[in-house]
Amino acid sequence: MYKILTKKRLNPTVTQMEIEAPLVAKKAKPGQFIILRVDEDGERIPLTVAGCNQATGGVKIIFQIVGATTEALNHKEAGDSIQDFVGPLGVPTRTDGVKKVCVVGGGVGCAIAMPVAQEFHRLGADVTSIIGFRNKDLLILEDEFRACSNKLIVMTDDGSYARHGNVTVPLKEALEAGEKFDLIITIGPLIMMKFVVATARPFGVPVTVSMNPIMVDGTGMCGGCRVTLIQDGKPTTKFACVDGPDFNGYEIDFDEAMSRGRIYFDFERRAHEETCNLFKLQ
Amino acid sequence: MAIIPKKNAIPTQEPSVRAHNFNEVALGYSPEVAIEEAKRCLNCKAQPCVAGCPVNVHIPEFIAKVKEGEFEEAYQIVNATSSLPAVCGRVCPQETQCESKCTLAKKFESVGIGRLERFVADWHNEHATGKARAPQSNGRKVAIVGSGPSGLTCAGDLAKKGYAVTVYEALHKAGGVLIYGIPEFRLPKKIVAKEVETLKELGVEIATNVVIGKTLTVDELFEMGYEAVFIGSGAGLPNFMRIPGESYKGVYSANEFLTRSNLMAAYRDDAKTPIMKGGKFAVVGGGNVAMDAARTALRLGAEKVYIVYRRSMEELPARREEVEHAQEEGIDFRLLCNPVEILGYKNPDDPRDPKNGFVTAIRCVKMELGEPDASGRRRPVPIQGSEFDLDVDAVIISIGTSPNPLIKSTTEGLEVNRWGGIIVNEDGLTSREGVYAGGDAVTGAATVISAMGAGKVAAAAIDEFIRNK
Ligand SMILES: Cc1cc2nc3c(=O)[nH]c(=O)nc-3n(C[C@H](O)[C@H](O)[C@H](O)COP(=O)(O)OP(=O)(O)OC[C@H]3O[C@@H](n4cnc5c(N)ncnc54)[C@H](O)[C@@H]3O)c2cc1C
Ligand code: FES
Repeated sequence: MYKILTKKRLNPTVTQMEIEAPLVAKKAKPGQFIILRVDEDGERIPLTVAGCNQATGGVKIIFQIVGATTEALNHKEAGDSIQDFVGPLGVPTRTDGVKKVCVVGGGVGCAIAMPVAQEFHRLGADVTSIIGFRNKDLLILEDEFRACSNKLIVMTDDGSYARHGNVTVPLKEALEAGEKFDLIITIGPLIMMKFVVATARPFGVPVTVSMNPIMVDGTGMCGGCRVTLIQDGKPTTKFACVDGPDFNGYEIDFDEAMSRGRIYFDFERRAHEETCNLFKLQ
Repeated sequence: MAIIPKKNAIPTQEPSVRAHNFNEVALGYSPEVAIEEAKRCLNCKAQPCVAGCPVNVHIPEFIAKVKEGEFEEAYQIVNATSSLPAVCGRVCPQETQCESKCTLAKKFESVGIGRLERFVADWHNEHATGKARAPQSNGRKVAIVGSGPSGLTCAGDLAKKGYAVTVYEALHKAGGVLIYGIPEFRLPKKIVAKEVETLKELGVEIATNVVIGKTLTVDELFEMGYEAVFIGSGAGLPNFMRIPGESYKGVYSANEFLTRSNLMAAYRDDAKTPIMKGGKFAVVGGGNVAMDAARTALRLGAEKVYIVYRRSMEELPARREEVEHAQEEGIDFRLLCNPVEILGYKNPDDPRDPKNGFVTAIRCVKMELGEPDASGRRRPVPIQGSEFDLDVDAVIISIGTSPNPLIKSTTEGLEVNRWGGIIVNEDGLTSREGVYAGGDAVTGAATVISAMGAGKVAAAAIDEFIRNK
């Protein structure tokens, strides 16, 4: 069992926890993820590591309550324990040789983008962060981003806070204004990442995208997490859990990834409703 | 005494019933039938069956004890060379091992060695009293990577010699393929759980949720004071066919499908892990894994399940009994067929149609057998223009697995062959001092018994290595 050290609500649908897992805390690097099960019989879900505390052995995770498992996790409190916690999995984000970076995060993807931005900042790179949310209520981690960014642009889709519009608008402006990023890293909904890639393409700036497909084991054993890359016009299959989660944005087949992400849509919706009802009853 | 030409039949659940449940198919011999079957053994001097067994179980000796009704003694004889008899009695390909060498098999059916092995193991599990006791510790530590049959066996043998053994397992449950791959209806999970319990009683520590190469490396294990490491990480990396359409929704590797159903219990009505159920399935491949996947799909409610295999019945590598059981249950074997493409749904008028991207059919080409290839089996060659489509909702690809590269890529100086198999000598020693390996991680996907045998060999070598340090 793995103890929940702290719990903090970041917004109505996003929660942050620190889980006691000293071996993971010692090893995890930005861009890597863990897999957890809330209870016996639970589902295995991947979540990105949002930070580590060597002193307490805590591993920070930030999750959006989207399904039955995250709903159940959100009902646990500090001091409770969860069944399983394994990691760090995946390849850390590549940071070498990057002097000027643009980090583009969307929604809860910002939780994954934050440790990456912090790492670049720590390494002395010039960091521009563009973070976008649907509305003011869903805003998270603004202060954290401000602390590690040379420049921060906050966007909301409905204009209820900061700038109105989506993240590609300021990205395009920056690129058009002649900003020379060595790398753009984008983390968020697939559709957003797809448009970030499209925005960057005419400028020839490398784009790293962080994929978050459905996973089971997270060790390369099932292939359920496979994504297709188009390299030299030919499709190649990669397993996001061991080859990723970061990939070259220009190679990813986003449409396929979006389709695959919805394979269990009906099951998940039903399971989530059932879990919610269960918690209401209790 | 007249020879009885046929093996005593093993009672099974009715095919029409068992096709809808996950309970064990074969029910095992009663003591009376076991004694009858034991009497068929000719007790030949040359003991050809023993040579056919990868771990040389003393077969005639244990069968002689069964004949006398001394089942516990029989068990002890098997257990002296095999640490997982209840498992091996159920899943070993006896027809190509011990039973193929049986003198009776020249004219009649062989002695049911596997069924007898299963009987004595089950008898022991039911009647044995008292727990295994942890032996006097010798204070020296050994780490095992992976909790499949090779790792569990190596751990057990070393623990009995007094070593402090820790088994590191990446998944949340111990047992390897026995837990995540082989389904309940062929190998009840309580049997595997019992083996793991026994190890714990012997003092073995099982550390789940540790991925060696990620959470800890092999080098760190040595820094932590382990004097030797055994790698039994299996061959879990699924191969795909590299044909168009493999990313459509409804295409699974057998590993994913079986893991969802077995390890994650997706077969239960209250399951938290989803899996596609019902509809029509095509399973590509002809091994045990393919049979397990096909029969699992059936039990999950599929209306039709095809096995698509590119060679003929004769070359089908699965255990004979599994093939027979699958046929009885109504699995449709499409032999001499090879998939060339998987087709998916695309609504030309509505890109948001929820059915878009789901499998609709598998396109196959008919094959004929040509000249024998390197493996001695006749090579299947496609018949021009014979393509046809099978309408299906899901495809399970079961064409083999390879060793996972994770440990090799994080352990300096660990040599592997071009298939990714770890290179070892006859003692299971790798290219790194103190690092041993065995099972599927070395051989590629093979059998439970050979993995177990490799675990035993390595345990003996590790003991020797540490004692001589
Ligand atoms: C569906 C199926 C049916 C089969 N049917 C039969 C049969 O009927 N008869 C038969 O004889 N054989 C059968 N086999 C083959 C048999 O199960 C294997 O040959 C055998 O289990 C191999 O044992 P192993 O110890 O080498 O590895 P495995 O059983 O594969 O165990 C390896 C373990 O190591 C863990 N691991 C991997 N990497 C790491 C890491 N880096 N760190 C920590 N842990 C790690 C894995 O999670 C796994 O639990 C079948 C296989 C499958 C998949
Ligand atoms: S999650 Fe199973 S291989 Fe990646």
